[in-house]
Amino acid sequence: MSDKADDKAVNIPAQSEGTVITKGDAAPGETLLKVTGLQKHFPIKKGLLQRQVGAVRAVDGLDFEVKSGETLGVVGESGCGKSTMGRLITRLLEPTAGTVEFEGTDITHLGVGGMRPLRRDMQMIFQDPYSSLNPRHTIGTIVSAPFRLQGVEPEGGVKKEVQRLLSVVGLSPEHYNRYPHEFSGGQRQRIGIARALALSPKLVVADEPVSALDVSIQAQVVNLLDDLQRELGLTYVIIAHDLSVVRHVSDRIAVMYLGKIVELADREQLYKSPMHPYTKALLSAVPIPDPARRGAKSERILLKGDVPSPISPPAGCRFHTRCWKATEICRTTEPPLAELRPGQQVACHHPENFADQAPQDVVLLSDAKEAAELVSEEALAASAETSAAVAAEVESGGPDTEASKDGAAKTAPGAAEDGAAKTAPEAAEGTAEEK
Amino acid sequence: MTDLSKSGAAVGEPTGTSPAPTAFLEVRDLKVHFPTDDGLVKSVDGLTFQLEKGKTLGIVGESGSGKSVTSLGIMGLHTAGQYGKRKAQISGEIWLDGTELLSADPEEVRKLRGRQMAMIFQDPLSALHPYYTIGQQIVEAYRIHHPVDKKTARRRAVEMLDRVGIPQPDKRVDSYPHEFSGGMRQRAMIAMSLVNNPELLIADEPTTALDVTVQAQILDLIRDLQKEFGSAVIVITHDLGVVAELADDLLVMYGGRCIERGPAEKVFYEPRHPYTWGLLGSMPRLDRDQQERLIPVKGSPPSLINIPSGCAFNPRCPYADVPKDNVTRTVRPELTEIGSKHWAACHMTQEQRERIWTEEIAPKL
Amino acid sequence: MLAYLFRRLFAAAVMLVVIIMVVFGIFFLVPKWAGVDIASSFVGKQADPAAVEAVRQKLGLSDPIYSQVWEFFKGIFAGRTYAGGGDVTHCAAPCFGYSFRSEQAIWPVLTDRFPVTLALALGAAVLWLVLGMAAGVLSALKRGSFWDRGAMVVALAGVSLPVYFTGMASLAVFAFGLDWLDARYVPLTDSFTGWFGGLILPWITLAFLYAAMYARITRATMLEILGEDYIRTARAKGLREQTVIGKHAMRSTMTPILTMLGMDLGALIGGAILTETTFNLPGLGQAVLNAIKNQDLPVILGVTLITSLAVLIANLVVDVLYAVIDPRVRLA
Repeated sequence: MSDKADDKAVNIPAQSEGTVITKGDAAPGETLLKVTGLQKHFPIKKGLLQRQVGAVRAVDGLDFEVKSGETLGVVGESGCGKSTMGRLITRLLEPTAGTVEFEGTDITHLGVGGMRPLRRDMQMIFQDPYSSLNPRHTIGTIVSAPFRLQGVEPEGGVKKEVQRLLSVVGLSPEHYNRYPHEFSGGQRQRIGIARALALSPKLVVADEPVSALDVSIQAQVVNLLDDLQRELGLTYVIIAHDLSVVRHVSDRIAVMYLGKIVELADREQLYKSPMHPYTKALLSAVPIPDPARRGAKSERILLKGDVPSPISPPAGCRFHTRCWKATEICRTTEPPLAELRPGQQVACHHPENFADQAPQDVVLLSDAKEAAELVSEEALAASAETSAAVAAEVESGGPDTEASKDGAAKTAPGAAEDGAAKTAPEAAEGTAEEK
Repeated sequence: MTDLSKSGAAVGEPTGTSPAPTAFLEVRDLKVHFPTDDGLVKSVDGLTFQLEKGKTLGIVGESGSGKSVTSLGIMGLHTAGQYGKRKAQISGEIWLDGTELLSADPEEVRKLRGRQMAMIFQDPLSALHPYYTIGQQIVEAYRIHHPVDKKTARRRAVEMLDRVGIPQPDKRVDSYPHEFSGGMRQRAMIAMSLVNNPELLIADEPTTALDVTVQAQILDLIRDLQKEFGSAVIVITHDLGVVAELADDLLVMYGGRCIERGPAEKVFYEPRHPYTWGLLGSMPRLDRDQQERLIPVKGSPPSLINIPSGCAFNPRCPYADVPKDNVTRTVRPELTEIGSKHWAACHMTQEQRERIWTEEIAPKL
Repeated sequence: MLAYLFRRLFAAAVMLVVIIMVVFGIFFLVPKWAGVDIASSFVGKQADPAAVEAVRQKLGLSDPIYSQVWEFFKGIFAGRTYAGGGDVTHCAAPCFGYSFRSEQAIWPVLTDRFPVTLALALGAAVLWLVLGMAAGVLSALKRGSFWDRGAMVVALAGVSLPVYFTGMASLAVFAFGLDWLDARYVPLTDSFTGWFGGLILPWITLAFLYAAMYARITRATMLEILGEDYIRTARAKGLREQTVIGKHAMRSTMTPILTMLGMDLGALIGGAILTETTFNLPGLGQAVLNAIKNQDLPVILGVTLITSLAVLIANLVVDVLYAVIDPRVRLA
């Protein structure tokens, strides 16, 4: 049964990096899903009259597109709104504001009836393979449910089609009459995937598809998702908290913090040179399975405190209360999500690995000074260095040179006294050489 | 059982058991079996290891591998307060600082719990009593082992909360667990377990319920505290990243048994068991360039009622047929020393494993 | 905590007003819709038309319902004078109505009988809580043992045997057969031992039913709580087993029991009526039973109101206790 499937999975020839990327190009420019200004506020009601006293701003203004055939990964910590986002784009929840367009059709306020035909094209896979399958139904009933709901009669009959789906996800067709409790976690997740694939959807939204599974099983499911995408040309939105898994499965990745996207970039760029300080902190926090790097504190950025409440998120940039680079502008002005490099959008006034966007603002907030104490000097220095280098590059190439260069040179001392002393001259050197 | 004095290495030999060990913690052939209606669940089936003070042992395995059962066994929590149920059958020896715990008087073991050995649990929200303040719970843990008044104990609680990095500890000491965030709760839990300066700390999935940035904070804290207190630490986790951060030694469990044990560097860089290879290959890694495909372990973990005969891993092992005469399916491989302090339980010869690792596995990771 | 208390008090007051209106509606409005002449039910079916007309005038039954409610409300605080058919009847505050059948105000009847029912209910509640929880905890700790099975069989019997059966049986055995107890009610003001002796069998009878249910609930809850992570933490701290059970587990076990207690105090009146009848106790239950027999509407109305009030107060107490036990409740 599943053993067979794994063998099969392993035997599929490894695909090269290039093909993975071209996979997105297979349908160039075709936008499958477009989200604009998406918001979801859950009202908080109090008292006898249930009057609204506030709102949990779970999702607070998202703009992104998902192209046909690609995988968009969404990462963030608990409470960042990523799961709410998943339920909004599949319209399991009604957005408070903004629009969701699927294949050019506005589906933001479609009712249950209006959504029904679209449900074929849009499916969801849930985190918990134990609670998302009805224990009283057989696998056959569960996987064939979409056919019944949609009134579709597949070629060759429902049973045959369900058995075909079971074999596609690496289960045996004989499992048709069994019950969920007879299966292990990984197998149940396969059943959930088979159900999602029944109507050959175009978009599959997977909310933490592997986080409830053991490591070795996780890999099986990740590979299965990979294979299915390649064979069926699926488009995925994969929501997960595990950055390693997200990197493995995604073409592009959105990083969310307190209901907003702080960075949205191609995979390689995001992981190699993250621009938002939060992305950088998030990446550095992932424990690396390599004992030689144990306690490599120099690379680690510890964030102070906890994520603020989404009921009253901080004004300006939402990350400013924990950011080691925050200045006055971060407290007052919300940075827009702007494409600073091709394929890399970031919402930050003082991005990492790039020229400062608000170079005139150099005085660190007191919060930022506290936060910087948790960041090693090497990390700060390295960051200042790259910023300066990028600034220099921009100066040599682009027109708004002065501002960028000054900015880099000035912010560096603000960020780290030690690093700045070293980096500023280097930056200057770099500039000179370039010229 | 003979009376065991607590004077360390110089303990007399108790009847029927092997001599007292020199290691601070030594577990010998530990077995924990649970009788159920479906049969005997062999959660831990013969586990042996040693741990010195100031060192960290990482126990890695998937769900049902017996890693948590081991930790509860050391703490004596399989026997304490098991009412009316069919009792767990525990055998073997657990030597903690010269005392054998399994044969000791349960009341003596209770006195050691919380004072000499303490534990941090996975989910701090469910592991803290929701109806008592953080302070009350820490004070309780302190006073059961120290005859001090409430005021002194409270001062101690505030001091510990401060040490684990909880802001305004004198105020937060009166908060309830639900008023803390997940990370703060785990800090409080750590404060509670360290309040009596235990010499052995067992952390069972200490960061699994936490977000990655909070996890980084907590791992940092555990490392610092160990340096400061010099305790022996056992970290139990399924996350090889967490283990690599903390552990000096590594023990990989599968089906209730240890299949590989050794210094962390050895196990990560020269693993000598196919299951360890499987774990390493299953993991997407941030520190490597994008792997094209993960290399999963096929199939599912074994049923602990019906552990496969021979090597428990044989149905999932791609190399099960490498050793001759079907030996993997009939004979259980013993843990054998394959290098300095490095043990593995596999029927393949050392040369075979070395070749497979270097030629087939390592290049793909 | 104070804010929580105020919220609860306010909610209780609102609830009381709603109850009075609903009860009033049921007693005055529904018969009207059904085409029954209410006035006649105030005097009795065989009454002469003049008396019926007099009652109609006295109660203002021809007035709109809201003014009737208002008059009733006013009566509670200011007393009420019924005039009509040539004679005048005065009912002093607090006036909960007037029985034209027995020619007496309702309030003194209630104050007379309420203490008996209260004593019966509270005494039984204490008894069943103690017995039920003790049996439940013991069963949980000795799960699967002979004791556990025995206790649960007895509990099953308690749940399924009706009050009048156990009442009659205990009377037959202890009062008449063994002659240990005098099965007559003696007011507390006359003699404590007499009062106690008269109530002990009713207490046991009533408590038996509930103790059985509470034992089962306690056992189930305790077993669930013992599997909680924080109980394991308590043991890992090195606490003694009696502390783990008596302090950590018991406090959690209290919560569902309190919830149940709040509901049961309301349902108790039904059990109390049967018990009072069986043991011939002069309580509210008996009064209500007589009133139903005689179709004495004002008494039924008065008893309904007073018991609703009692249930409301009992629930208020339970709510406060709830908050004392579980700090999370205080926020909600």
